[in-house]
Amino acid sequence: MTDLTELTAPTDLPEPVSFPQDRTCPYHPPAGYDPLRAARPLTRVTLYDGRTAWLVTGHAAARALLADQRLSTDRSRPDFPVTNERFAAVRNRKVALLGENDPQHRTKRRMMIPAFTVKRATAMRPDIQRIVDELLDAMIAQGPTADLVSAFALPVPSMVICALLGVPYADHEFFEAQSRRLLRGPKAEDSQDARDQLEAYLDELIDRKQQSPGEGVLDDLVREQLNEGALDREELISLTIILLVAGHETTANMISLGTYTLLLHPERLAELRDDPGLLPDAVEELMRSLSIVDGLMRQALEDIDVDGTTIRAGEGVIFSAAVINRDEDVYTAPDTLDWHRPTRHHVSFGFGIHQCLGQNLARAELEIALHSLFDRLPTLSLAVPAEEIPFKPGDTIQGMLELPVTW
Amino acid sequence: MHTEIHIDKDICIGAGQCALAAPSVFTQDDDGYSAVLPGKEDTDDPMLREAARACPVSAITVSDRAVG
Repeated sequence: MTDLTELTAPTDLPEPVSFPQDRTCPYHPPAGYDPLRAARPLTRVTLYDGRTAWLVTGHAAARALLADQRLSTDRSRPDFPVTNERFAAVRNRKVALLGENDPQHRTKRRMMIPAFTVKRATAMRPDIQRIVDELLDAMIAQGPTADLVSAFALPVPSMVICALLGVPYADHEFFEAQSRRLLRGPKAEDSQDARDQLEAYLDELIDRKQQSPGEGVLDDLVREQLNEGALDREELISLTIILLVAGHETTANMISLGTYTLLLHPERLAELRDDPGLLPDAVEELMRSLSIVDGLMRQALEDIDVDGTTIRAGEGVIFSAAVINRDEDVYTAPDTLDWHRPTRHHVSFGFGIHQCLGQNLARAELEIALHSLFDRLPTLSLAVPAEEIPFKPGDTIQGMLELPVTW
Repeated sequence: MHTEIHIDKDICIGAGQCALAAPSVFTQDDDGYSAVLPGKEDTDDPMLREAARACPVSAITVSDRAVG
């Protein structure tokens, strides 16, 4: 028998690699990205809808291009690259900050900066510690086994962002469920419906804040921006959705995947136990290595030259953080976890004007959550074999779907 | 040689990378923008250039200048 696929397979030009792909190990890029890792600083990939786009793979090129305002984040433009069907379904909804270019982006970013400085994150540490301690108390009381995702990884950032924004935590099940549907569907209609539900919820919450103001960031935005006419209601709702969703989905996944990774690297974990001073560097290294937000999307507004290759105006440009953060020209032995390497310049929080607004809060949450977890539960281990634990598909934020642990 | 630090507040996005990388030189003012701590305007702190490189929007320029 002759293998038909062999006969029809192209021999000279290889098919572009498809992006994104599912990981086979939750803390490493998919093996299918190996050709991408060898193709720096950028290459072509095929998207889920059959279109192609540029994929940026080199660290220096990524920093330059993410800071280049000739690349747009306006996802409503035709030909904006789309990496999954759910995103396509909500792409025409206005997305504050992330989906805006300057000067619109700058106006809103400036409203938000004071609430997310290093100082504000430091000032929130006692509150974060209290939240972490109470959740661990509750988890331990019900132990000695737990699903770490639902008992700890998700509620920590969810409670922190609620406290910061002034969103009632009593409603957490509602908005956590809608955030999950918005990002993961499974169907495109789920994402659309989730966005509708979040908008309606926040519309009503803003009404209540106008009638009886509280002390959260949302209350400040209502008082200083909405009531003063600097933001309209639709913009404020869109901005709050971003803060709420980005505020808990990302950090929750870093806590679950970070814990899983540490449990599978006992020597690195022992190092951290011996010297908790390594923790801030360990959090950066986990951010670099895990690259949970893999596939930031942009569109070129003009022709852009990258080391002799031209990105044409209108073409889609995608950034694979997982590949960029393992650029061998920047990180020695990039697949190895190393708390002592200079790891700071990873692009896991993005780069350029859209770099993560909540990054300092995220760092504080991750340091406190991981330190307290392993401090309170020195015998923490996986409750089932590692390879049986489900994790997220490649087309959304990476992390564990559940994490059965025991102690 | 001493250094001179310039922060372009028109492009600063308040990410706080400078204050994180070189906390003995940089802070963030009440509006969240990068600011040099008093008395550190001509520091030769080894983390200074690292902080400038960490800025996601290249708002920080560090230049050498002759003293006197």
